Amino acid sequence: MSDEPRDAVEPEEPGRPPVPQGLGASAWAMAKGMATVFKQTFRRDNTERYPDVIVPSPERSHIGRHLLNRHENGLEKCIGCELCAFACPADAIWVEGANNDPENPVSPGERYAEDYQVNYLRCIMCGLCVEACPTRALTLTSYYEMAFTSREDAIWTKERLLEPPPPLGTDPVDREG
Amino acid sequence: MNWVDWVILAARVVVVFFALLISVLLYIWMERKVIADMQTRAGPMRAGPRGILVTLADGIKLFFKEGITPTNADRVVYEIAPILAMFPAFLAFAVIPFGTHVTLFGRTIQFQLADLNIGLLWILAMTSVGVYGVVLAGWSSGSNYPLLGSIRSTAQMISYEVGMGLALVAVLMYTGTLRMSGIVAYQATHVWNIVPQFPAFVVFMICALAEVNRPPFDLAEAESELVAGFHTEYSGIKFAMFYLGEYVNTVTVSSIAVTLFLGGWRGPHPGWALWLWPLLWFLFKLTAVIYVLILVRGTLPRLRYDRLMNFGWKVLIPFGLFWVLATGAIIVFPDRYGRTRGTFIAASAILGVGLIASLVIPVLQKPTQEVPS
Repeated sequence: MSDEPRDAVEPEEPGRPPVPQGLGASAWAMAKGMATVFKQTFRRDNTERYPDVIVPSPERSHIGRHLLNRHENGLEKCIGCELCAFACPADAIWVEGANNDPENPVSPGERYAEDYQVNYLRCIMCGLCVEACPTRALTLTSYYEMAFTSREDAIWTKERLLEPPPPLGTDPVDREG
Repeated sequence: MNWVDWVILAARVVVVFFALLISVLLYIWMERKVIADMQTRAGPMRAGPRGILVTLADGIKLFFKEGITPTNADRVVYEIAPILAMFPAFLAFAVIPFGTHVTLFGRTIQFQLADLNIGLLWILAMTSVGVYGVVLAGWSSGSNYPLLGSIRSTAQMISYEVGMGLALVAVLMYTGTLRMSGIVAYQATHVWNIVPQFPAFVVFMICALAEVNRPPFDLAEAESELVAGFHTEYSGIKFAMFYLGEYVNTVTVSSIAVTLFLGGWRGPHPGWALWLWPLLWFLFKLTAVIYVLILVRGTLPRLRYDRLMNFGWKVLIPFGLFWVLATGAIIVFPDRYGRTRGTFIAASAILGVGLIASLVIPVLQKPTQEVPS
């Protein structure tokens, strides 16, 4: 073995022209590369100016927080079955079911969710809970501005989950920074 | 010199120092924006209009950050190293003429801090001192990656300084003066040095890139291999000094290129505000050179270490020597044998040597490695 490190020799491939060697070829290659990079200067930026210009998410995207839906008559769709909590791989959902008061039901049927919490420190937005839900009570929205400043704020309670998301760019906590 | 002259001198030093500082802030911003443009990004946008204050914000942040000293560090050297890395860069700028002069209150104020008669030597000296900052930083950190990084960059900077010196020697021979203002004056009556001394210009630019540790020669701080090279252990204000020194070096080296090869501060002017136009021309040329450096940074990947050394010692230095010889021929032969005949002799001599070299070098460089069985 010689002391000098060997340059990697590319194996000869059939049909591929040999890589030109030597100073002239290298200089030409560099010049071509620099011309290519220079041309890129005149292309439009791909950057989204997020906090200044908020590009709305696609209409049917489900990339953000959960939403607990209601029936058209105002009753909650959630029946407190806890299937979402079982499906959750991150153990982010807490559901406590209870029996409906027949006089004043929260949801149609026997049971409703007395407590429903999603911990967004744990949630990985996989959507398995939505797939598990038998009544389409739980869906994902496209609202992703969920900055929080404490662990307690990261746990969304039933009241907050029942509210439909506001338009993007209106969360006061997010605006602070 | 009475006291007014001393005050003026001090004021000039302070003004040049801060002007250099501010220009460095702006050039770092420009570099980030231009690189972002090349990558179809926006670059810094938040601090100031179009992010122009981003470097200032960075500086303030670094200033208030905790400066950590590693337990194994050699305290004194560890503190001195960043200063050694930063100040030679500023000092080298002292001999750069960046304008003519302005007459204020009956006194002529030169737009050049010190018109040394050994200006080129001063530049070489200061760039060499800059190496110490890197060496000592790597050594005193008491840590392995900085040590490796500093050894690499020391070898690199010393090697490429030879090539840079040869390029400067060619310019020195051609213009016949070490004085920076003299070189500018020479280019006022002749064509800019970049035309007759184009090979020297190329050698100088390559060596300058390596000398200031800019990409593609930034092996000293190869992030992917050495964490951050010689300044891995530095944080806070001491890191800011390295960062600043690196970019001051870039500006200094670019202004040397402007002065030596691109006619310095000279350029056409409309006949009024005679002190202003040279400044603008100098800034314009400086920006153009720095743009080229940024373009190189945006395009070329980092060199492998052994290839860097091979390129420096086996290509740049022999070529630099050859070009010094060729410059000698260009100067001497027309003087001795008359213009036409001398030019012919010089040209044929250069061509002959080049031909012989191109025949001999490939034979010498033939790989001697044996295939291991």
